[in-house]
This record gives sequence, C-alpha cells and structure tokens, in this order.
Amino acid sequence: MPRIKPKRSTPRLDMTPMVDLAFLLVTFFMLTTKFRPEEPVPVDIPASESKMTLPDLHIMTVTVSNDGRVFLDVQQKGIRLGWAQKLNEQFKLGLNEDEINTFSNLSSFGVPMGQLKGYLDLSGSERKAFKQTGIPIDSATNQLGDYILYARLAAENNLNIAIKGDRDANYETVRKVIKIVQDKPNGINNFNLITTLAAGPPK
Amino acid sequence: MSEVSSEGGGGGKHKGGKPKGKKSSTHIDMTPMVDLAFLLLTFFMLTTSFSKPKIMQIIMPEKPKDTTQQKKINQDDVMNLLVGPKDRLFYYVGLHFDQVESTTYGVDGIQKILMDPKYKTNPRFMVLIKATPDSKYKNIVNMFDIMRITDTRLYALVDITDKEKELITKTPETK
Repeated sequence: MPRIKPKRSTPRLDMTPMVDLAFLLVTFFMLTTKFRPEEPVPVDIPASESKMTLPDLHIMTVTVSNDGRVFLDVQQKGIRLGWAQKLNEQFKLGLNEDEINTFSNLSSFGVPMGQLKGYLDLSGSERKAFKQTGIPIDSATNQLGDYILYARLAAENNLNIAIKGDRDANYETVRKVIKIVQDKPNGINNFNLITTLAAGPPK
Repeated sequence: MSEVSSEGGGGGKHKGGKPKGKKSSTHIDMTPMVDLAFLLLTFFMLTTSFSKPKIMQIIMPEKPKDTTQQKKINQDDVMNLLVGPKDRLFYYVGLHFDQVESTTYGVDGIQKILMDPKYKTNPRFMVLIKATPDSKYKNIVNMFDIMRITDTRLYALVDITDKEKELITKTPETK
C-alpha cells in the first residue's frame, strides 16, 4: 500500500524570545555606554606596541591634526565650568552665563580666545560646520600655554596631559606643543601620547 | 522540548474537499536558545570592559637650571638618532660626526643596532633623538616605541642642530 505522505505545513516561528533579547541588548547599551564625544577633525592615531591604557579621570587631551591645528578637550563638566570662569575673569572675554554653560557641555575645541565668545554663540549645527582654526601656538601668541594653565588651575593641579596627534602631523607642531607644555608657567615633564595597539614590530 | 504533534493545528492551507492525511506540525521550544543567549550575554557583561585608547608614557628630562651643572658626557656613551622626512633614519655615535649611517625602522635596522651588547652592557649609554621639522609625528612615536622594545633606558628628545639638518637634506635617498 502506498504510504500517504503527511502534508507539510509551513513552519511557524514564534519571534517573542528574539524580540525580548533585542530589547535587552538595547537596554544594556543604553545604560552602559556614553556617546562618543564629537571630534572637530578626524585624527589618525599612530600605532605602537604600548599596552598601557589611558586613565579615565582628569585628563586634558591635546589633539594635533594633520594640518597642524591644535585642539583641547577636558571631559569633566565641573572642571570645564571652572575653566571657563577663570578664562573669562583673566582675559576679559565677556562671556555670559549661557555661554559658560555651553562651554561646559562642549568637547574638543580649537579656537583662539578672541573667537571663543562668537563660537559659543553659534547653535550646535553651526558649530559643527564652523571651520576651527586651532589654538595659536606660535611664540608671539602662545594661547595654548594660557588655556592649559587655567585648565590646570580649575582642576586644582590634578590634570594629566595626553597628546593625541595624527600620524602624519608635522613633527614641528608637536615639538612646539611639547615645548609649551614643558615651559613655564606649566612646567609639565610627564605626559602621555595616545596610540593604537600595533601587533608585531612597527614598520 | 521539541515535539511533533499530529493534530491538525498550526498553519497550512486548508484544502477543502480532499481527504486529508494526518497533518503534523513542528513546534520548536525556544527556551534553551534564549537561556544560552542570556548566559553568553551575562558572561560578556561581567568579563569585558570597553576598550580605552592606549597610551605611551613620556617623561622628559627636566630643563637644567644652570647650564654649567650639566654632567660631562663621554664620547662613546652617546648615540644620536636623526629622524628625517619620508621615514628616513640616520645615526652616529659620539658627540661630533663627519658622516652618518643610514638605517631603517625595521627589526634588522635600528633595533638590531640598539641590541648590540656593547651598548646593552654600558650603564651610561644614552640615546639622543633629534628630528627635523618636516618629519612626521608617527616617526617619533615609532622611535619611542623602539626605545621601549629594545629596553633602552636613557633617552631624550632634543633639538636638532643646523649642521645635522643640512646633512640630512644633502644625503641623497638611497632607495
């Protein structure tokens, strides 16, 4: 007798567990990560075999782009508030409450002090489109030294300096930055260079 | 777990009229899969941390307050590394030079030279790293990295002299 083949019905999948898992992952990432701070200019970091990781707190990042512009960044909002207030007092920048608050929420920036008020007055999207000229580092207008000094004062001298340079940045710019950090009034001889991990011997 | 039920439940088109055979439907119980997913998730949540950018710690020598206090450096204890543009690298030993040797960043270039026993056994051996203004930042980072790999303890980043700059521009590229 021919065997009657059982009629196949289309398999149905109950998607509930998958959806549950998706929500769980989303919740996990919402609670554990922070948004990556917006960078004004993409920087290609050089590689090294150093495995030491950057300490999380109290760092000031000096970014050197490949066209020689210098940017500064401090993550802690509290330090940024104090920093803006000290800069305002010392250099009579004329910043009001709102501008100081905007400053404390910013990430990396690179404008000379003269342009700071104007820059803070722009809206978020205008700021992104604005072409920042970088902080002046020539010996005539050494604003980098001043910026760093007041940041350190605002952080009660608890700030580590980390230099994040593009691998094709001219050494001359980096040399000037290192020299400014070492000179009075800052006089810092210990700092960190941010690198990515390279496998094997460097090329 | 999984089961195959032979009642006519589940999907499948209902073909009216024809005598139907036994319909079987498969229900897969997803519980173990979800358990495993949660287990993996918990494992990773507890064991990993988000990767932070890596750093190289640099400690620069303090600027001497009084130049007459600088210690006398012996001729043989110093190697000068000149970093030039286009990834070029030169070196010479001693305080003065007539010509420089050219080398590469690779393992059999400067690293092999620095691992030479006559430097390794000398406790006063130091390396002075000098770079031209038009060299790239990655070359300097590479040099610091090589210092660490070859376990050279005493090294310093110093300014390049005009004579050295001239020499680098004058030496033709060998490649």
